[in-house]
Amino acid sequence: MIAPRFSFVGSGRPRVDAGDQVSGRTVFADDMSLPGMLIGRQLRSPHGHARITRIDVRRALALEGVEAVITGADLPITYGILPVSQDEHALALERVRYVGEPVAAVAAVDAETAARGLELIEVEYEPIEETASIDEAATDRVLIHGEGLGRNVHRAASLEFGDVATGFEEADHIREDVYDFRGSTHAALEQHAAVASFGTDGRLTIWSSTQVPHYLHRALEKVLELPAAQIRVVATPVGGGFGGKTDPFSHEIVAARLSMETGRPVKITLSREEVFYTHRGRHPVLMWVRTGFRRDGTITAMHFRTHLDGGAFGSYGLATLYYTGALQTTTYRIPHYKFEGVRVFTNKPPCGPKRGHGTPQPRFALECHLDAAAADLGLDPVTIRVRNLVEPYSTTVNYLRITSCGLRECIEKVVAASGFGDKHGKLPPGRGVGLAVSAYMTGAGLPIYFNDMPQSEVSIKVDRGGGVTVFSMAADVGQGSTSVLATIVGEVLGLDPATLAMVTADTDLTPVDLGSYSSRVTFMAGNAALEAAERIRDTVVAAVADELGTTRDVLVVGDGRVGVEGAPEKSIPWPDAVRAAISRTGPLAASGSYTAPTLAGPYKGSGVGISPAYSFSAAVVEVECDAETGHVRVERVWLAHDIGRALNSLLVEGQIEGGVYMGLGEALMEEQAYRGTLHRGPSLLDYKMPTFLDVPPVESILVETVDPEGPFGAKEVGQGPLLPVIPAVANAIHDALGVRIDEVPITPDKVVRAMRDLARGGSGRVGPASVPEFDFGRANRVAVPEGLRP
Amino acid sequence: MMRLPAFSLLAASTLAEAVEMLRDHPGSTVIGAGTDLLPNMKRRQVRPATLVSLGAIPGLVGIRRDDTGGWVIGALTVLGDVARFPDLPGALRAAAGSVASPQIRNTATVGGNLCVDTRCSFINVTEEWRAASGPCLKAGGDVCWVAPKGEQCWAVSSTDLAPAAIVLGASVRLVGPGGERTIPAADLYRPDGIDHIAKARDEILTEVSIPPLAGLRSTYLKLRRRQAVDFPILGVAAAVRTGDDGIVEEARIVLGAIAPAPLRAAATEEFLVGKRLTPEVVEEAGRIAALPVRPFDNTDLGSRYRKWMTATFVRRALRELE
Amino acid sequence: MIDRILTLSVNGREHRVLTPDHRTLLELLREDLRLTGTKHGCELGECGACTVLLDGTPVLSCLTLARSAEGHAVTTVEGLAAGGVPAPLQDAFTRLGAAQCGYCTPGMLMAASALLNSVLDPSTAEIQEALSGNLCRCTGYGKIVAAVRLAARSGR
Repeated sequence: MIAPRFSFVGSGRPRVDAGDQVSGRTVFADDMSLPGMLIGRQLRSPHGHARITRIDVRRALALEGVEAVITGADLPITYGILPVSQDEHALALERVRYVGEPVAAVAAVDAETAARGLELIEVEYEPIEETASIDEAATDRVLIHGEGLGRNVHRAASLEFGDVATGFEEADHIREDVYDFRGSTHAALEQHAAVASFGTDGRLTIWSSTQVPHYLHRALEKVLELPAAQIRVVATPVGGGFGGKTDPFSHEIVAARLSMETGRPVKITLSREEVFYTHRGRHPVLMWVRTGFRRDGTITAMHFRTHLDGGAFGSYGLATLYYTGALQTTTYRIPHYKFEGVRVFTNKPPCGPKRGHGTPQPRFALECHLDAAAADLGLDPVTIRVRNLVEPYSTTVNYLRITSCGLRECIEKVVAASGFGDKHGKLPPGRGVGLAVSAYMTGAGLPIYFNDMPQSEVSIKVDRGGGVTVFSMAADVGQGSTSVLATIVGEVLGLDPATLAMVTADTDLTPVDLGSYSSRVTFMAGNAALEAAERIRDTVVAAVADELGTTRDVLVVGDGRVGVEGAPEKSIPWPDAVRAAISRTGPLAASGSYTAPTLAGPYKGSGVGISPAYSFSAAVVEVECDAETGHVRVERVWLAHDIGRALNSLLVEGQIEGGVYMGLGEALMEEQAYRGTLHRGPSLLDYKMPTFLDVPPVESILVETVDPEGPFGAKEVGQGPLLPVIPAVANAIHDALGVRIDEVPITPDKVVRAMRDLARGGSGRVGPASVPEFDFGRANRVAVPEGLRP
Repeated sequence: MMRLPAFSLLAASTLAEAVEMLRDHPGSTVIGAGTDLLPNMKRRQVRPATLVSLGAIPGLVGIRRDDTGGWVIGALTVLGDVARFPDLPGALRAAAGSVASPQIRNTATVGGNLCVDTRCSFINVTEEWRAASGPCLKAGGDVCWVAPKGEQCWAVSSTDLAPAAIVLGASVRLVGPGGERTIPAADLYRPDGIDHIAKARDEILTEVSIPPLAGLRSTYLKLRRRQAVDFPILGVAAAVRTGDDGIVEEARIVLGAIAPAPLRAAATEEFLVGKRLTPEVVEEAGRIAALPVRPFDNTDLGSRYRKWMTATFVRRALRELE
Repeated sequence: MIDRILTLSVNGREHRVLTPDHRTLLELLREDLRLTGTKHGCELGECGACTVLLDGTPVLSCLTLARSAEGHAVTTVEGLAAGGVPAPLQDAFTRLGAAQCGYCTPGMLMAASALLNSVLDPSTAEIQEALSGNLCRCTGYGKIVAAVRLAARSGR
């Protein structure tokens, strides 16, 4: 039931936790200190690939102040975020596979003793040949994992929807391009940290900066062989996540094990350098795309290939692989679509999910490719996109169900606000504008572990003073999920969201939510909160109807009262209403839940990309380029986003601006770079994230399409707005200088190389020449969905 | 959190005492603000057992005009004060204002920046990282990973102030056990990434003197990926005096952050004297300046790019001084 | 390695702490005084998260030896609110959504408060320059600039 007008939904309201944040009172994991707490540290591999031939911890154990030392033998059970990729050891057993992989750990009375303890651990290694790149990985010489498909192939996919051969035959123009996206990392300002405490009652409690307390709970249960009921995971406020705190991590398991060993609390806080080795960031992806167009720009077929550099372990990589092929169809109608992808293992820190998970790379390729095709066909960038737009309430060729879709309006608004039509191709040399669009999932349609239970559960308890407590396992990672849930519950119960007690992200106290990933919390936990709040409201309204001797249908809840609308004398304050309800029906508590509808298509791999709703974004970026130095100054970014409905416009704008910022960083400067298998510079000086002086003003435009399944119609905003920024920058640089940098990040040296090439009569392109040879085998042919058949 | 290795901190109250402390404690070193030294110590690039703090010594802070019309800047003057001091030559203010971040400029000193350690992507990393790569020459190993065939360390001079100071003809005063001496700022540097400062360990840089400008106009341009925080990956300081007819009477150009020491672009200076700064002359000056430059891939962005930018930045500096 | 007793003035209160010479102000604040509002993001002076005021000037506590703070007034985020009433700057950060995850916020607030103490109504460019040593990964900086401007106009 949607209220005719909103009391709280929509308006820009401060976060419910802002007061603590601005006074230094927010307790992050490393801010914790427990009586008797020890400090843990991990010893890490100096080799990219080696056998461990000997580990001797006796000297470390003998050091005064060292309370425990553990090695891989103490944690022999493997784990991993995906059920199919249980390939990690908390501490390497027998073999190390990347520089920085944890090998042993100590717990000591203080940080300095722990560091000295590490120095006393003797490890002998026998180096093995290393594999550092996608090309090398395909060469069969040395296997990083004994298992898998051989040739260091983690997994390959080949799917054909419809018949691309027919589609290409129908084309008037076919274009092929190759792109490289070099990979980046989250670099949240807070380094990962965890405090574990194993109690005398045999219960383990761990406080961790994690986006996924539920999955950490599962991993600890497995690796520590403790019953889940004896483990409590509490997610502390996360000082930035972006996907970087979405795996169960070695330091969490190790802290727990060390606490079990010593019977004392143990804290492990990663150094900034260790965070770079922990990684799970954006996969480097080499891409090849071939698309057929009619003269008017209509797409007839697309063939997309991706080669992912996964690093040393699986992590989310299997999902990432499919994501690089899944969402191309959510912005454009593609009647015949073929996707081939392969993820390889290399001796580098594992890649995983970073904001946009596997979709910014193909989106960069696709949107640059479309601009190039538009130029071939004499079309402008707006026309070619509008010609192919997906329709609201349609199904894509790969069986993704599109519901509300404001992409057309996003494009119109962003084009109008930026004056794109008057600028594209018309600005003086060195200045240019670029356009790109995108779509993103509002929550993964399936849980990581397939089951029939809800993906999100929320409970609400009301005390006799009218106080409302909301319980949800969703972890606030800075996106404001706690504030969003408070807004939803407050709206339903007519109470100021700031007055609600929010208990979140604690496996002992809160019912399950799968976690803060895949942009799922507003939609899924939001719907669960909505249901729980409505149940509370209905119980209270029934009691008040009884109390006032009226019928329920004339009663409204709002402004802290329950009563007949427009008749203040026939209404009672919320606390009285609550007491009336408790008097009649007992304790006032309710739960709600959300389970996504069944959406998967009839093919293997269809679980990736499905979502109950998609957000849509369009971006225009204006740049001023220094043709001599290659420096690209972004003047302004306009970003229109179909949010469904903004539950809190301040938080929505914050996510848009933050997504644009992160996109600009990836587009122009950020790279998780290596020399062979060794990180080039694991520090915030060497990893170039933009400063105050490197970012432009951002104009956010909210498009509201009111999704029928979202809470109050809301969709996601945490990830989508990043996606179009990167190709829009690349397209703007092309508009400004006439050069095509088909490789991200677009650093000044690449721009200068392209300008020099142009000056010598070349094409002015910098980018990869080709993708490696790989036999994807026969594609799994999938018939197009019924409604799309000719 | 990375922590400092243990050391003793001695606070000197006079220069003489500081010199004595340095002499009496082998392996000791001076600390000004420590914004360069302390990160290097956290990474265990250096591990002095004793630090001699100069902070309590009177007279080392401040900027004053001397009786010749030049300037004297105390070694402990913070960079922010240099950048904000309206009267100082343009190159020096620009260089000081471009260092790192406002917080660092609030404490980092002139002396510290002039003596800032050379940098290289193989040395400005943790002990654990260096163990993975194998120690380089500067880390006590026997190979330079940047140029493995040679025997020289190619760590990059990373001071912003030095190129500016050198083109302005600055000199530095050094106080040591044997008394004091004043040397041209240019002579403070050696083309060796390890032993890059021509100053004894127990000598203290106390002040920088800049002679009167006598018509010199100067500027400093800095190349880096971001507009803040980053060290230079090329710094071009230029000072030019032209006559009323626009003809260059004197030109000084120094390239920073491109080699183990600031490089004087002597051939370019020679080429410019007697010419007007026409577009053609400026173009050629850039070409000449970049000719002998051979940067390595040991800092940010590529070596080829930094060589190309040497020409570009020299031209831009000269255009500013036209 | 000798431990010495330091007398340190933090947020207007004198503290006596036994500490070795190699302890940084950041470590002393967080671990000895349990003032954990001051954060660490890089440990090497590269991110600004540990910014505190020393006699009103923003400095990096991760590169400041605790001993060298002796005799100076240290102000941390915990000292910004006067008598429990948030400073206009804190209030502006709250109202305009200038904090997302909140981790860079204390350092950001300290650098910004020093700016507002020296410049009455700073321009956008002045704010960007003054905060250019503070990295934020969430906001894209726009709302932080807006909050500092708002605070300047609402009296300090």
